[in-house]
Amino acid sequence: MAKELSGADILIEALSDLGVEVIFGYPGGAVLPIYDALFKQKRIRHILVRHEQAATHAAEGYARSTGKPGVVLVTSGPGATNAVTGITDALMDSIPMIVITGQVATHLIGSDAFQEADTIGITRHCTKHNYLVKSPETLGHVIHEAFHIATSGRPGPVVVDIPKDVQVATARYTKPGPISHPSYKPQTKGDIKAIETAVEMLAAAERPILYTGGGIINAGPGASQVLRELARITGAPVTSTLMGLGAFPASNDQWLGMLGMHGTYEANWAMNQADLIVCLGARFDDRVTGKLDAFAPKARKIHVDIDRSSINKIVPVDVGIVGDVGRVIEDMVKIWKGRQHRKQDLSGWWKKIEGWRAKKSLAYKSSRDAIMPQDAIRKLWEATHRKAPIITTEVGQHQMWAAQHFDFESPNKWLTSGGLGTMGYGLPAAIGAQLGNPNALVIDIAGEASIQMNIQELGTATQYRLPVKIFILNNEYMGMVRQWQELTYSSRYSESYSDALPDFVKLGEAYGWKGIRIEGMQELEAGIAEMLAYDGPVIVDCVVAKLANCFPMIPSGAAHTDMILGDDTVSGEMSDEAKALV
Amino acid sequence: MHIKEGPKERHTLSVTVSNEPGVLARIAGMFTARGYNIESLTVADITEDDSISRITIVTSGTPAVIEQVAAQLDRMVPVHKVTDLTVLGDHVERELALVKVAGIGDHRIEALRLAEVFRANVVDTTIASFVFEVTGASTKIDRFIELMREIGLVEVARTGVVAMARGKEAV
Repeated sequence: MAKELSGADILIEALSDLGVEVIFGYPGGAVLPIYDALFKQKRIRHILVRHEQAATHAAEGYARSTGKPGVVLVTSGPGATNAVTGITDALMDSIPMIVITGQVATHLIGSDAFQEADTIGITRHCTKHNYLVKSPETLGHVIHEAFHIATSGRPGPVVVDIPKDVQVATARYTKPGPISHPSYKPQTKGDIKAIETAVEMLAAAERPILYTGGGIINAGPGASQVLRELARITGAPVTSTLMGLGAFPASNDQWLGMLGMHGTYEANWAMNQADLIVCLGARFDDRVTGKLDAFAPKARKIHVDIDRSSINKIVPVDVGIVGDVGRVIEDMVKIWKGRQHRKQDLSGWWKKIEGWRAKKSLAYKSSRDAIMPQDAIRKLWEATHRKAPIITTEVGQHQMWAAQHFDFESPNKWLTSGGLGTMGYGLPAAIGAQLGNPNALVIDIAGEASIQMNIQELGTATQYRLPVKIFILNNEYMGMVRQWQELTYSSRYSESYSDALPDFVKLGEAYGWKGIRIEGMQELEAGIAEMLAYDGPVIVDCVVAKLANCFPMIPSGAAHTDMILGDDTVSGEMSDEAKALV
Repeated sequence: MHIKEGPKERHTLSVTVSNEPGVLARIAGMFTARGYNIESLTVADITEDDSISRITIVTSGTPAVIEQVAAQLDRMVPVHKVTDLTVLGDHVERELALVKVAGIGDHRIEALRLAEVFRANVVDTTIASFVFEVTGASTKIDRFIELMREIGLVEVARTGVVAMARGKEAV
């Protein structure tokens, strides 16, 4: 019979059994027994962040770039509450993550003890599931079950709250077999009748479009491969949400670019004019649909999603298929081939699309005075794309410019905070991605405002000798806020100017980074080359045009067809209805 | 600008859940987080080993919202099964209420007469009051309370709705 172990040792054993190689965390009173157990072992590497929020984003970056779940360890009270933003971020973007939180001893729970917070109550709304472990006997099983829930079905964050006395008390641990949960049984195989119907609709469609999302990335690299096959055999155009970029290669002729609020003209018009939309692992987010009653009025809709509640949530669909999107596409391809369907003649449809493409909606005017942010992204892409870099971003204009102008050829290379839109995501996510991919080139494309939200993580990269690069598009504004204020509040720039900015070069140097400042077009290429040549972490402060706007843009609450293409079509004030929309 | 709302339907859902700590908070929290209505909610163990509870929820919303309520409940980890009894068709709904009525003389006699009509039982009495136990559909209880209000209603306690589909099948 196995000998008794402390709760803390059981946790380490269970994590090792689950193949965990790295944990992102920060110690504190209520997790001291676990940190002592970590100290005495060599199987799991602990990465000490500088703030618990960063631990969660680093775990997200690790998970998104490797396909493995991210693991976080934080203390009770403020440790747990600081992690809440990243937990919510992982919930919104369906990232598999397990967060171990320390808790005060069981007899102190509810007594307002030092560093006590109701972690289970607080995280109930921002986790896929959570557990308070009350005895070491159940701990091992709970950890295995938590991993099963975080990684299966629609992935998401799971919190396991472990009181300090449970970490110290002893029990036996045996590795459980495959987890069979009494009520949680996600459906992965789609209903074959519904898939057959979908294939027939696709074969009969005259103006089909594949609208893909982050679900394809979550379904694993195989899903991206079968998506390419489905696109090839049907000849249908492909667009993607922000979260799905990379699932379909940007160099492919059938690629229309991203859709939605800052998507391309051709992607949004194709959605508007299509007679069939096949939604694959996306969720009809408001950034994608724009005005709902004007969304794709002519299209029949097929929706494939692993989460039943996503189907008919926002947009009613003709065929809903609950299942793993990779497996469903695989079935679609098999049935298509089995029934010997030929590629429809879509030449009329493609002709229309070419017409929209000819608008060149991502075009911008380069300037001789200042670096246009789009130019900076294009140059960065040109200098790095052969290395298949992993790109993380913060949130705002720079994020949208990166989505528009940095082309991706494969999945798991684009890490961004989509659903929650968390400023401060990019640097810790880059750290997590670099740990999961030690040989990859990892670049955080940032804004000067966002980067300051988790700037303390410069220290983490230094400590673990992680050669991450930060590329700041510095326009001295919270650019997206300023842009909205310009478009909807007659340029009343309320609190959106980034005053009192630090000298990012000196700041980087203070943390042991190399710092580079780029001030004009003539310095851009050399600056990027210098960043890439340096074998260590680099922070680049790239000064760009201050008042550039991110276009195209569908204003909040407008239809896809009401897209703004450039500054000349912008008006000053919006109706209250439009102002009320985010 | 004014905020608009669509027409609503009332649905009765039966939800079986693992009987674990916090499960009720999880379900109630989901309703508040997503802005759904709970008109009534009842919960109790229904298995021999106390492992599963049955929750009966009466909710209201547009048909699309009701579909979402069921789907959102169904994806929760401790939820075993969600059945929309209103969609399923014929089902029985019952609620129990304790109704305290005070009065003397004619009021007392009238209260007892009405109780008989509603098949309410007297479960406590003093010289000047009764406590009635009345069971039935919510509308019947509403009506009983309404009548008692005129006679001398003191207070009411209601259980909320429990419901079950007709016929031999389990949900």
